[in-house]
Amino acid sequence: MYKLDQPPLLFEASRPGRSTAILPPCDVPVVPLDSLIPAEHLQKSAVPLPELSELDVVRHYTNLSSLNMSIDGNFYPLGSCTMKYNPKRNERLAALPGLGAQHPYQDDSTLQGMLAILHELQNDLAEIAGLDAVSLQPAAGAQGELTALFVAAAYFRDQEPDRKRTQVLIPDSAHGTNPASAHLAGFETVTVKSDSRGLVDIEDFKSKLSDDVAVFMITNPNTVGLFDPQIGEIAGLLHERGALLYLDGANMNAILGVVRPGDMGVDLMHYNPHKTFSGPHGGGGPGAGPIAVRAKLAPYLPSPMVGRREDGTYFLDEDRPLSIGRVRAFFGNTGVLFRAYCYIRSQGPDGLKRVAQHAVLNANYLLSLVRDVYPVPCGPRCMHEFVASCRTLAKDRGIRAMDVGKRLIDYNFHAPTVYFPLIVSEALMIEPTETESRDTLEAFAAALRAIAAEDADSLHDAPFTTPVSRLDEVKAAKTPVLRWTP
Amino acid sequence: MDPKKLRYSPTHEWVDVEGGTAVVGLSKFAVDQLTDLLTIELPKVGDRLTAGKSFGEVESVKSVNDLYAPVSGEVVEVNQALADDVQILSEDPYAKGWLVKIKVDDPADAEKLMDHTAYETKIASDDH
Repeated sequence: MYKLDQPPLLFEASRPGRSTAILPPCDVPVVPLDSLIPAEHLQKSAVPLPELSELDVVRHYTNLSSLNMSIDGNFYPLGSCTMKYNPKRNERLAALPGLGAQHPYQDDSTLQGMLAILHELQNDLAEIAGLDAVSLQPAAGAQGELTALFVAAAYFRDQEPDRKRTQVLIPDSAHGTNPASAHLAGFETVTVKSDSRGLVDIEDFKSKLSDDVAVFMITNPNTVGLFDPQIGEIAGLLHERGALLYLDGANMNAILGVVRPGDMGVDLMHYNPHKTFSGPHGGGGPGAGPIAVRAKLAPYLPSPMVGRREDGTYFLDEDRPLSIGRVRAFFGNTGVLFRAYCYIRSQGPDGLKRVAQHAVLNANYLLSLVRDVYPVPCGPRCMHEFVASCRTLAKDRGIRAMDVGKRLIDYNFHAPTVYFPLIVSEALMIEPTETESRDTLEAFAAALRAIAAEDADSLHDAPFTTPVSRLDEVKAAKTPVLRWTP
Repeated sequence: MDPKKLRYSPTHEWVDVEGGTAVVGLSKFAVDQLTDLLTIELPKVGDRLTAGKSFGEVESVKSVNDLYAPVSGEVVEVNQALADDVQILSEDPYAKGWLVKIKVDDPADAEKLMDHTAYETKIASDDH
């Protein structure tokens, strides 16, 4: 099998004296360095930076980028991450000088176009959520969760000054960020079990619902790809106790334009524009995690918000005395927000609804193509994603979810999310998104089926076509090598 | 320790009570589910454990999981060898891989937990 060479590091490709720039002769007076910087702060020996030509550097990074999987090169069914195509027109529009070349310290009067767009995006996101007010500030979904919980805490401090709600309820199928956010916001997290269908175990939920509960954080559709029809009942029970219902909006792609969280009884939520609204993923960011809330929570949202004066001009509204304050510098990560705005305006209401319909259709078609080999415990139908299990393959033949994921790389597909959610053993969490064709879905299903028939022993060493094959994850986590040494 | 003589919590901790002291560990099933272990966080001697509440966590290449106290009591000894090398837990969950020893509030509490047969039935039915 063809195997790529391991590319040399820049340090290894370095040659003494090779350089990219030839500097002109110095045209200012030369003074000794230690007359400018005290000698004790000067480096004693030369810093061993690599010496390379521009072409060396260009080839190095271009070749490295070709080793990486990306949505522009590969089908990327990473469950829960909604790796849909990022339309190139969004890139072009977000880079227009009126958006991409602005400075946050400019006077508001020179940023009217940009502020108008952000103001409209606030309104669009509120409308899609069926809620009243939106903050664009949080820089990622997880920061949106944390910010929303701070908003909830501020609301309860104000409304119920004589008592303290200490708990946040979270289903056992939730994203790991939910308990992390609740903990960071100072709450105790209480886990609510899933029932045999993969939905919230309503009796367990009722037994854990008390006057100490501030918020229930639900993901709907949830991480096994099911819409929980009990959401109305859950919202009713929470509201009777004065508690709030939070929606983790990671899976909004499945319900855009079909149902609004506010109509389901949700009081506050976050969006992931890089998932739902086609912002680029990668490199860990920059992301954005706008939050939408009911009117009663709006006064506590972060400041500033983008406001509109009666004369039609826009401004940054800092005069919000109950606000929890800033959670992010300037306006948040506007680059991602502009792309989300372009996407929402390009699709329009009907287009967004079609996005959800096609995301659900694609996931169900793919599910139907693989479920006889990879059982889907919470099937046979799903929303935008489904969780297949390698449990039988693992038990009978020793082929685990990790082996399947690694081997898919050799077939030129990115792996699904593996071993999540934890309530399904040997989980393969597959989300094709709406932007994939029937041909791609069928090719991916064929690869999954082919892998299940391969020799188990050799699968443990996959992938075979990459510069390095199976990595030692335990060693990498325990004794990471973070610095190159000669 | 003989796994057949231990008591088990629904969250996969085992407990062995003798007199007023209990040894607490994690079942082989749970350890196998976690796959390759990376680190473990255990309480300190003198810490209070409350039945059903988290008293530490174990991290594997798959996930970070809470450890829940099967019975209430006070920590009298912690398996220091485990903190240094969590691999011991993978290799020997019922003996060298014990987690903590506690002075239990009420030795009868352990009787409320599952016996080995009930636990085996539970994990067989959970693992769908």
